[in-house]
Amino acid sequence: MTTDRHDIAFTLNGKPYERTVDGRLLLSDFIRHDLEFTGTHVGCEHGVCGSCTVLVDGNPTRSCLMLAVQADGRTIETIEGLTPDSAPLAPLQAAFRKHHGLQCGYCTPGFLMTATALLRSGEHLSQREIREAMSGNLCRCTGYSGIVAAVDEVMNGVGKTDAV
Amino acid sequence: MAFGSTEMKPAPFDYHRPATLEEALALLERYEGDAKVLAGGQSLIPLMNMRLARPAALIDLERIDGLSGLRFDGGRLHVGAMTRHMDLEHSAEVRERIGILSDAMPHVGHLAIRTRGTFGGSLAHADPAAELPALATLFDATFTIAGPTGTRDVPWSEFFITFLTSCLEANEILTGVTLTLAPPHAGWNFHEIARRHGDYALAGCGTLVELEDGGDTIASARVALFGVDATPVRLLDAEPLFAGRVPAGAAIDDIAAEAAAKLEPATDVHGSTAFRRDIARRLIASGIRDAAAHAAQRRSPAAVHA
Repeated sequence: MTTDRHDIAFTLNGKPYERTVDGRLLLSDFIRHDLEFTGTHVGCEHGVCGSCTVLVDGNPTRSCLMLAVQADGRTIETIEGLTPDSAPLAPLQAAFRKHHGLQCGYCTPGFLMTATALLRSGEHLSQREIREAMSGNLCRCTGYSGIVAAVDEVMNGVGKTDAV
Repeated sequence: MAFGSTEMKPAPFDYHRPATLEEALALLERYEGDAKVLAGGQSLIPLMNMRLARPAALIDLERIDGLSGLRFDGGRLHVGAMTRHMDLEHSAEVRERIGILSDAMPHVGHLAIRTRGTFGGSLAHADPAAELPALATLFDATFTIAGPTGTRDVPWSEFFITFLTSCLEANEILTGVTLTLAPPHAGWNFHEIARRHGDYALAGCGTLVELEDGGDTIASARVALFGVDATPVRLLDAEPLFAGRVPAGAAIDDIAAEAAAKLEPATDVHGSTAFRRDIARRLIASGIRDAAAHAAQRRSPAAVHA
């Protein structure tokens, strides 16, 4: 067994945690396997698909390209944090459902976390700009139109969407 | 635990997070070439996840003070090696004083790559298809490298050796890069051809053009290409040939064609050598013309800064 163990303290979805982790443990596996927040999905595991996107200190981050030990002192948010304590769906999630922004749902947590950061930035992006900003997340059910429409509606309001 | 905690992608390594550069350099010495420096990890961690890279140790630079940040100093810009892509992308001063960098940043990976990826990491990775190494050559970058016996400054022409290989030794750390800014009246153009936004470019080009006072003639031009050879390519031989020409003239196309013919882009699944040379030819010519038009726009009294 490895002796490369590290004590870390961090905040996940608003709650403080202290853990001891192997240096080579990926943040994505740590979140899913050790903390058991399985809403964060793992797709390609080398930083291409965006499924594992979480927020680190508010910034969208691929959790498969970050080590758990690097979460020390950081604030992590996962999809579970969007609707705390079994609240109804967050507005963004409701818009995804309304616009059929998901089909199989595998990529959805990553899209939601990237979009959450975009919404918090306060910017009002066009559909084209939304597509560019979300281009690091892949959906293989090809649901991009619904995803972009959902983000557009929450960001810019109903009825203000422009053509793609 | 529901899934067990023994599944790990990277091969075993020792993780170190030194607080000082001296400590980091001592660690590199201790591992005698088997350690890797970890900056943003957006290229290294994928290689480790696939076990294409199996370093004995990672030396994480994230918590070392003084390695990140932008500092304008007269006609120069110092970029700390650990400066995140997003910090360059969002800098109003970068937009004002070296706008081509602002234009290029959205093409560097994707949003979630730019929040972690670093300027120094991208340069040290020395991917010839990446945007930032080419832009470093465009601004005559000097690389500041710390090693066991002190610090050395290396010009860009000696930094990039070949595909994914820089002049950095295993016991050295890139600490920062100094760019020499172009004159305020220079126009610029940044353009890349990629299959998908954020993917590596098939080929791309950064161009700077200064016009002669009051005229439409090109006074000087700089051109840097990426994705067209084993290193980023600065067209040092062709650049003087653009001087004295008018942007609309056919000579621009001839110079571009001749320069592109000398490039040695690899053939791969995304495009052949001939295809990439053709893209490069077009990018050089359009880059010169668009940068010249931009320079004309910037000097006119009613100039709108792009």
